[in-house]
Amino acid sequence: MELPILSVLIFLPAIAVIILPFLRTNAVVRWFTLIVLFVDFLIAVWLLVAFDTSTADMQFRESREWVPSLGIGYRLGIDGVSVWFIFLTALLGWICVLASWNSIKHRVKEFMASLLAIQSMMIGVFCALDVFLFYVLWEAMLIPMYLIIGIWGGKNRIYAAFKFFLFTLAGSLLFLIGILVLYFEGGRTFDMLALMAAEYSFKVQAGVFIAFLIAFAVKIPMVPFHTWLPDAHVQAPTAGSIILAGVLLKMGAYGFIRFSLPMLPDASQYFAPMMIALSALAIVYGGLLALAQTDIKKLVAYSSVSHMGFITLGLFTLNVNGMSGAVIQMFNHGITTGALFLFVGLIYERTHSREIPQYGGMIKAVPLFGILFATFLLSSMAVPGTNGFVGEILVLSGTFAVNGWAASAGVVGALIGAAYLLGIYRQVLLGPVKVPDDNKIWDLDNREILCAVPLLIFVFWMGLYPKSFLTILQPTLENLLLQLAVTGAGG
Amino acid sequence: MDYLLSIRPVLAIATSLVAAVLILYMHNRPNLRDATSVIAAILKFFIVISMAPLVLAGSTLDLTLFEILPGVDFAFRVDALGMVFASVSSLLWILAAIYSIGYMRNQKERSQTRFFASFAVSLSAAIGGAFAANLFTLVIFYEVLSLVTYPLVYHKENKESWKGSRRYIVYLVGASKSFLLAALALTYQVAGSMDFMPEGLLKGSDASDFILIAIYFSYLIGFAKSAIMPFHAWLPAAMVAPTPVSALLHAVAVVKMGVFCVLRVIFHVMGIDVMGNLGLGIATAYLVSFTIITASIYALTRDDLKARLAYSTISQLSYIILGAAMLTPLAVIGGITHIAAHAFSKITLFFCAGSIYCASHRRNISDLAGIGKRLPWTMAAFFIGSLGMIGIPPTGGFISKWYLVTGAVEAKEMVFLAVLLVSAILNAAYFLPVTYTAFFEKEAQSSNPELVAMESVKEVPMVAIPLVITAILSLILGLYPDYFLELARAVMRGTGMS
Repeated sequence: MELPILSVLIFLPAIAVIILPFLRTNAVVRWFTLIVLFVDFLIAVWLLVAFDTSTADMQFRESREWVPSLGIGYRLGIDGVSVWFIFLTALLGWICVLASWNSIKHRVKEFMASLLAIQSMMIGVFCALDVFLFYVLWEAMLIPMYLIIGIWGGKNRIYAAFKFFLFTLAGSLLFLIGILVLYFEGGRTFDMLALMAAEYSFKVQAGVFIAFLIAFAVKIPMVPFHTWLPDAHVQAPTAGSIILAGVLLKMGAYGFIRFSLPMLPDASQYFAPMMIALSALAIVYGGLLALAQTDIKKLVAYSSVSHMGFITLGLFTLNVNGMSGAVIQMFNHGITTGALFLFVGLIYERTHSREIPQYGGMIKAVPLFGILFATFLLSSMAVPGTNGFVGEILVLSGTFAVNGWAASAGVVGALIGAAYLLGIYRQVLLGPVKVPDDNKIWDLDNREILCAVPLLIFVFWMGLYPKSFLTILQPTLENLLLQLAVTGAGG
Repeated sequence: MDYLLSIRPVLAIATSLVAAVLILYMHNRPNLRDATSVIAAILKFFIVISMAPLVLAGSTLDLTLFEILPGVDFAFRVDALGMVFASVSSLLWILAAIYSIGYMRNQKERSQTRFFASFAVSLSAAIGGAFAANLFTLVIFYEVLSLVTYPLVYHKENKESWKGSRRYIVYLVGASKSFLLAALALTYQVAGSMDFMPEGLLKGSDASDFILIAIYFSYLIGFAKSAIMPFHAWLPAAMVAPTPVSALLHAVAVVKMGVFCVLRVIFHVMGIDVMGNLGLGIATAYLVSFTIITASIYALTRDDLKARLAYSTISQLSYIILGAAMLTPLAVIGGITHIAAHAFSKITLFFCAGSIYCASHRRNISDLAGIGKRLPWTMAAFFIGSLGMIGIPPTGGFISKWYLVTGAVEAKEMVFLAVLLVSAILNAAYFLPVTYTAFFEKEAQSSNPELVAMESVKEVPMVAIPLVITAILSLILGLYPDYFLELARAVMRGTGMS
């Protein structure tokens, strides 16, 4: 029998959670978690290497009966889109452990258990080919995240955690209703591939699309469902913010790719103009909100709203350029915004302030910190040569093909983005050295460099050689477009 | 046309990048550090010029490194237009490097390592842009140039320089993150590629006229380094930088990068057919004519020497675009030759402004009465530079303006002929008085204690020597203009004009 590699990937961190209580000191707990998550990462790398780019079919499939009477199965498999998100999740996983090495001082064991658990569930979501399994993991993920924010967060952590939980839970209920409708209309099975192959009337599609839309819009988040995000980000510890921005926000967009587009092709085409309009709104409005912030963590959080707008914009252009741009942008956002939260965390650890005007001259005071932070800011600004630019140009060129106004709004959003990011660049990094309350500030140590370097590599790798990503992505996206076109023409 | 595979374009770019690393490494050994700048500049110039015979013979040197997106490579191509820009920038870097050492040491400027390192990377970016084979590659170097010149502009780190540098970066990045980004996305959407084509990438595309016009003007505004009015305000703001920066970067490398990008768009993205058919050439010509005259009028009113030079640059850059936009063979040759002619003369003038400042701490023209006796070499060079700006033989400026004027006649556009002549008069009106004040007005004692007393003003050799050389070069260019004329003709022929 072949090794069930996806199961190994999912269950490795889960088994580690069980072992964790038997470990004694905090140091051992940290090292153990780091090693487990790093091994998980290596498996994800191997997955990428072994991935067959010549087919759009699901790969590494596993299938076992679970609750046969209800059509529920333990079904796993990945395509060219999910393989990247598994990789991203696994990469950010061990970086999160390193990022919380010193900043998490109490209840270390519980914290690391939460990290391991959420990693297991997130990878599970990206592997799941069974809707029931997907839903269970999608919901269960909220618990460790709720704990991470609620226990190890800032002053307002309980409020933020609760708001996060309520918003996403409300969305999930609609998601559940949508799933149940598909279950009954699509032949009483939870097999995702069977549900994709089934045909639904336009009325069913439209209803389910709206239910899914709200569920995913909360996760992404799209305007006007975004208000939980800044609270959650500001209160979450660094690792929480990285996971939230890096992976959890992607879940909503991933939902569109896995559910809405292939299962509801007619509704997707019908609602595409509306989705494009909402995305354009999110890009500009999120950008303007970011522009108004002085709290650096809030600023990055709002910039996420704007950047996620680019992703939904690209997805609903329903052409290859726009969609591959969107997926690239999802990956980019995980890398770059993850890195920005990491650096915001580093600066907060040193000075216990997040107010932009209180800083200055970081490039002089702490050169390595300054130069790396500057690079990630430029990447977020999508300067040519960095990852952001590739995603932006693909999304925009895809959008220009369908809607010139939305594309222009995207350009305006990019300009606003440049404005607030350049603002941070100028105020925090340049000028005379200024540190809030005369705190001591020190440059990056080896552990912190180790966190930043892998992200830095991807900034330029994606920026200059996105082809390695596109070759894996494109068969899947072309297949998705085919599904849209074929059923679209029939309906 | 022959396509030759060659590593030399990358070597030319890498020379100054390696130099930048060495400069950072030798931060506490100033002599070695500064020698590195000069050696790298000489090396770079020889690598660039070694490619000239092949380009003049009608070949291009190509190197494709890898594919970025479908239809878009990270690729270099050395052609005649790129060669014009690269030869000028790399030759003048040698002199600017020597001048910088003299100027920075004389002024005991701060952060000299950062200065020389940023300077070297700027040159890599300029040459990278010159040799880029497509828009994507070009734009990477274009943005790098904005970012690495930013520290050079805020170099003094005082209130004035923060203010100026802020305007600088906001204008440049703002234009590229809005108009340029839109233009690139549209181009990629329409053409599925970003390659420069001899007769224009968008020639024969099925895009509507409206889209083509939108693309073109987005490029024109997006490449804000070309300083077309009303998107010029960053250039006077950049004058807060130390004078060597203003001289090489804000009279040659950075601004010429902007103009170079516009020429690339006119010739190799839109193509002269599209430009002509849609009336874009004539529209552009009117737009830049406005800039030529208005910037000259601004220059007339400026007493600060560097500000006057900056407005003169804005005006002269538009000459280059005017030549291209008239779309006649002679005008195109004139425009392209003016890249070189303006560079040699304007760098001389800026070097002179720096030399005057080094020797006397004077910045205003009204304070220069009688300084010609104390600084004869500097002010003589200034006079020669002025002649180049006005276009009086035997300077390079005469050659390029001659072609521009005959080009305007050829295009039967008397409006542009008038613009060129009026502008020449305006140039004379704001440059010649400087020489007059310096040589023929009586020395006046200034009450300003910051200024060095006239008696103790004398030439600073390491600053004066490069400016004499550039002045001589601008004369040589007038007497032996063949190299640049041949390159310009090659560009003109390549576009399908006859």
